[in-house]
Amino acid sequence: MTDLATVLEIWEPVIGLEVHIQLATESKAFSASATGFGAPPNSLTDPTVLGLPGALPSFNVRALELALRLGVATGSKIRARCRFARKHYFYPDLPKGYQISQYDEPLCEDGAVEVMVAGGASGPLERRKVRLQRIHLEEDAGKNTHHGTSSLVDLNRAGVPLCEVVTLPDLHSAADAAEYMRALHRLVRYLGVSEGDMEKGQLRCDANVSVRRRGEDRLGTRTELKNINSFRFVQKAIEHEIGRQVRILEDGGAVERETRLWDASAGVSQPMRSKEEIADYRYFPDPDLPPLTVDGATMRKVITTMPELPAPKLERFVREYGLTFDDAATLTAERELADFLDAAVRAAGNGALARPMASFMLNELLRVLDGRPIGQSPVTPVALAELVGLVASDVISGKIAKDVFTSMWETGDAARVIVERDGLRQISDEATLRSMCEQIIADNPKQVELYRAGKESLLGFFVGLVMKASDGKANPGLTTELMKKLLAGS
Amino acid sequence: MSDELAFAGVVELARRVRAKEVSAREVADAFLSRIDAHDGALGTYLVVDHDGARAQADAVDAAIAGGADPGPLAGVAMAVKDVIVTEGLVTTAASKILAGWVPPYDATAVARLRAAGAVILGKLNCDEFAMGSSNERSAWKPCRNPWDRDRVPGGSSGGSAAAVAAGLAAASLGTDTGGSIRQPAAFCGVVGFKPTYGRVSRWGAIAFASSLDQIGPLARSVGDAARVLEVIAGLDPRDSTSIDQPAPALEAALAAGVAGLKVGLPREYFEGSIDAEVAAAVHAAGAALVAAGAELCEVSLPHTRYALPAYYVIAPAEAASNLARYDGVRFGHRATARELGDMYATTRAEGFGPEVKRRIMIGTYALRAGYYDAYYKKAQQVRALIKRDFDQAFELVDVILAPTTPTPAFAIGEKATPLDMYQTDVFTLACNLAGIPGLAVPVGAATSGLPIGAQLLGRPLDEATVVRAGAVIEAAFGTKRPPAGGAA
Amino acid sequence: MVLTREEVAEIAQLARLALGDAELEVLRTELAAILDHVAALQEVETTGVEPMTHAVPTMLRLRPDTVAASLPVEVALADAPAAKDGCFEVPAIIKAAT
Ligand SMILES: [Mg+2]
Ligand SMILES: [Zn+2]
Repeated sequence: MTDLATVLEIWEPVIGLEVHIQLATESKAFSASATGFGAPPNSLTDPTVLGLPGALPSFNVRALELALRLGVATGSKIRARCRFARKHYFYPDLPKGYQISQYDEPLCEDGAVEVMVAGGASGPLERRKVRLQRIHLEEDAGKNTHHGTSSLVDLNRAGVPLCEVVTLPDLHSAADAAEYMRALHRLVRYLGVSEGDMEKGQLRCDANVSVRRRGEDRLGTRTELKNINSFRFVQKAIEHEIGRQVRILEDGGAVERETRLWDASAGVSQPMRSKEEIADYRYFPDPDLPPLTVDGATMRKVITTMPELPAPKLERFVREYGLTFDDAATLTAERELADFLDAAVRAAGNGALARPMASFMLNELLRVLDGRPIGQSPVTPVALAELVGLVASDVISGKIAKDVFTSMWETGDAARVIVERDGLRQISDEATLRSMCEQIIADNPKQVELYRAGKESLLGFFVGLVMKASDGKANPGLTTELMKKLLAGS
Repeated sequence: MSDELAFAGVVELARRVRAKEVSAREVADAFLSRIDAHDGALGTYLVVDHDGARAQADAVDAAIAGGADPGPLAGVAMAVKDVIVTEGLVTTAASKILAGWVPPYDATAVARLRAAGAVILGKLNCDEFAMGSSNERSAWKPCRNPWDRDRVPGGSSGGSAAAVAAGLAAASLGTDTGGSIRQPAAFCGVVGFKPTYGRVSRWGAIAFASSLDQIGPLARSVGDAARVLEVIAGLDPRDSTSIDQPAPALEAALAAGVAGLKVGLPREYFEGSIDAEVAAAVHAAGAALVAAGAELCEVSLPHTRYALPAYYVIAPAEAASNLARYDGVRFGHRATARELGDMYATTRAEGFGPEVKRRIMIGTYALRAGYYDAYYKKAQQVRALIKRDFDQAFELVDVILAPTTPTPAFAIGEKATPLDMYQTDVFTLACNLAGIPGLAVPVGAATSGLPIGAQLLGRPLDEATVVRAGAVIEAAFGTKRPPAGGAA
Repeated sequence: MVLTREEVAEIAQLARLALGDAELEVLRTELAAILDHVAALQEVETTGVEPMTHAVPTMLRLRPDTVAASLPVEVALADAPAAKDGCFEVPAIIKAAT
């Protein structure tokens, strides 16, 4: 067995992902008990969640709206009339013995998720579409934990609304699969469809993986990988599975159609259920739930409250704000970050300031935030706009601006207040600057001599002394010009 | 005194309690002492809530004393089929798998009864999970027909019908999935009302077949049933299949008469195996309607013979699904087992009775991958044709008059095979499949002395017309008590 | 119609019903008789007939996304055959499924 790159010259992986996304609702999909993470076990239940005899489901309008938002964002066809179905299996975390899901009439079909990739080092942006087979609504199950001879069941998560996003087998590398996951994650967070917190299980991924010899049309036998719940695991688990299948095929064996569970700590997958156990879900339309209709008013509400999507936003940041792809990508990775920049540009009333503001965000703000959400920044977009405006209008130097920013972060005061209070205004008055320069020339005759003898690189030395003497307030451009003139002139 | 109260009926009891002629507590005590004295021989109750009933009655009396409106069912002593959940009161669906289960909530229908001033005496015997036509499938004990204790009261709401017939409850709630209110009402000589599907919330009705189940009243008169149905009917947001229509004004329809009404007799209901005395009684009911000014004609419901096969696909399929929740994890019976798979299979094998297992097996068979189209989907298509038959008939007539059952009550143990038993519902199933309202009213007795019932089937949501015709038939035939009030 | 024992056993497994040999045999004949009866449905021409899933045509009513009080944990667990640490307790889920 050689390395993966060599293997992939011969073998083509075919990957489809099924991602479960928790919809950001207050209450559960089919009843009014709260959704929440970290509550004491079984404290978020009611008769419907527990599947008590006589309890019935009633569907949450917010779950529908959020799923529709994702449907619209992915350009999916949305059924005017869809249906809930029951999917039957016995498992302790599944209270009713069936999951309410959708089967032959899903809410959305034939959409696509746009994955943005940089075309080479500085080439143009490239949009790639990963086609979706469907997006359907369903309810989550509870959680089992295993303790030796017994397992414990917590139903807090049972009944939480999910949408399942299923791609066509459109992905051909583990890296692409991970990139798709990132794009989907960003999309649902942008849309407010889900908080997408993977550690809380709000975004969970299963992958269908097969390989075939390049040039072949027929798909190979696929396996389903479950429990790959981080971007890193998606890539690792799929790479591992591709390698495993190729090894089997190259040894003349056959891949078995099975479900495998990814064990992240061991870095391997294991078959999940025994092969003789047939999975027959006995789907049928849920008689407790009449057909779900999506009318014009619902669609209008969804469309009119739709935020700008990440891919167009990234493109706009490059085009209108003149950012590099990488900078735009960083600033659009989180909707809150992008919104911050947009708000700052609006406050500045000057698109030309977008770039310096963006670099301030990237170099200063993100550094001091140190991973915390930007909503916690004491420096608001309006405050940033004012600060960068002061630099642009030569009131302060860029260097001073960094100190002012630190002071803003610490005190919450406005830039102008800090500049005035601390006397940080830039010195641009020519007479003042001239006398400062003359003083420096007078104090350093040796260096002046050297300079005049041809060592022009000493210019920076003189300017630096002026800056130091002025506590950094001297206008560096004017100072340099003056100093040059004075050194040459006398 | 106590027997007189026991047979006074819902409307009369509420009137007397509201007028302070009798206290709710006196009414409750009268029924409780009759139950204590007579129910041992009949087996209509699974649980009698002496303390709870007295407390509810006292609350009604206190409300009246305080000048509050005690509601249209003030002090009316009622009981509820054991498939309808009652907060704090053991509810088992007459199944071992739910032995000792105390629900933490009330069914909407029960909550509405309580809010209307009714007093809940206890839980009534029935076939396990409402699967049966004779009440012989109760896991706990048999229930007997007050007219002849060697005969079945019918089912599955057998206890609900027998208790009302024997004066052990002024009225009761039953559920009707394929005739389970109307058939026992006919066997016990009382009125049974299956409303339009969606009229009464199913929240808290332990599901048998979700697309067919409806809660409805059993009572001693059409007026009593109308009063109870008005109270429990109406939109409930917790049941997505409940219909957003105001409760029908049924009491107003009682005296409206049938002058000018067109009544259809479905040809197919008289062609097969129907007892001659039953057929004659139904025709006599038709004559009573004609005498009151209605017009009678024959109608055809050509898919009638497919109602039974369609039902025995749809109902078991939905039942198999609905009963998947009985797994021994969160409530009810659990078998001792070291391994989870064993725990499931043994719990369910021990907890469910043979009829329930049979239906789970049929339903599971019909829903298997590759079988859905040939069974469930096909049955739902045939169901659409059965509904179409009714739609076409209702273009010609306002209400349909038909026998409720092919024969009067049969003997305990008489129906030997499952199919023999299923055939006893042959006239009631189509009503559930079509979702239309059906009212069973007594139309006299056979020479054996056993009651005979006729049923009136109406357009969807048109319970009022059904009540108009029912009241006229009731006036012609009267309401009878079993010998010695069923206490003999 | 003929049902094999294996078929009946397979259905019982899907339905999680532990059935003894005698029970399986009885069910085999009973199910066959019922399925024979039900086979009459195949006589009916249903091409183009929309399956009826609800008796009265209704559209799904939607519930506002508001929270109501949950059941207290002790109520949720009140009837549990076995409970531990605020959870429902079941025999260990076999290793292969973990
Ligand atoms: Mg899936
Ligand atoms: Zn799913």
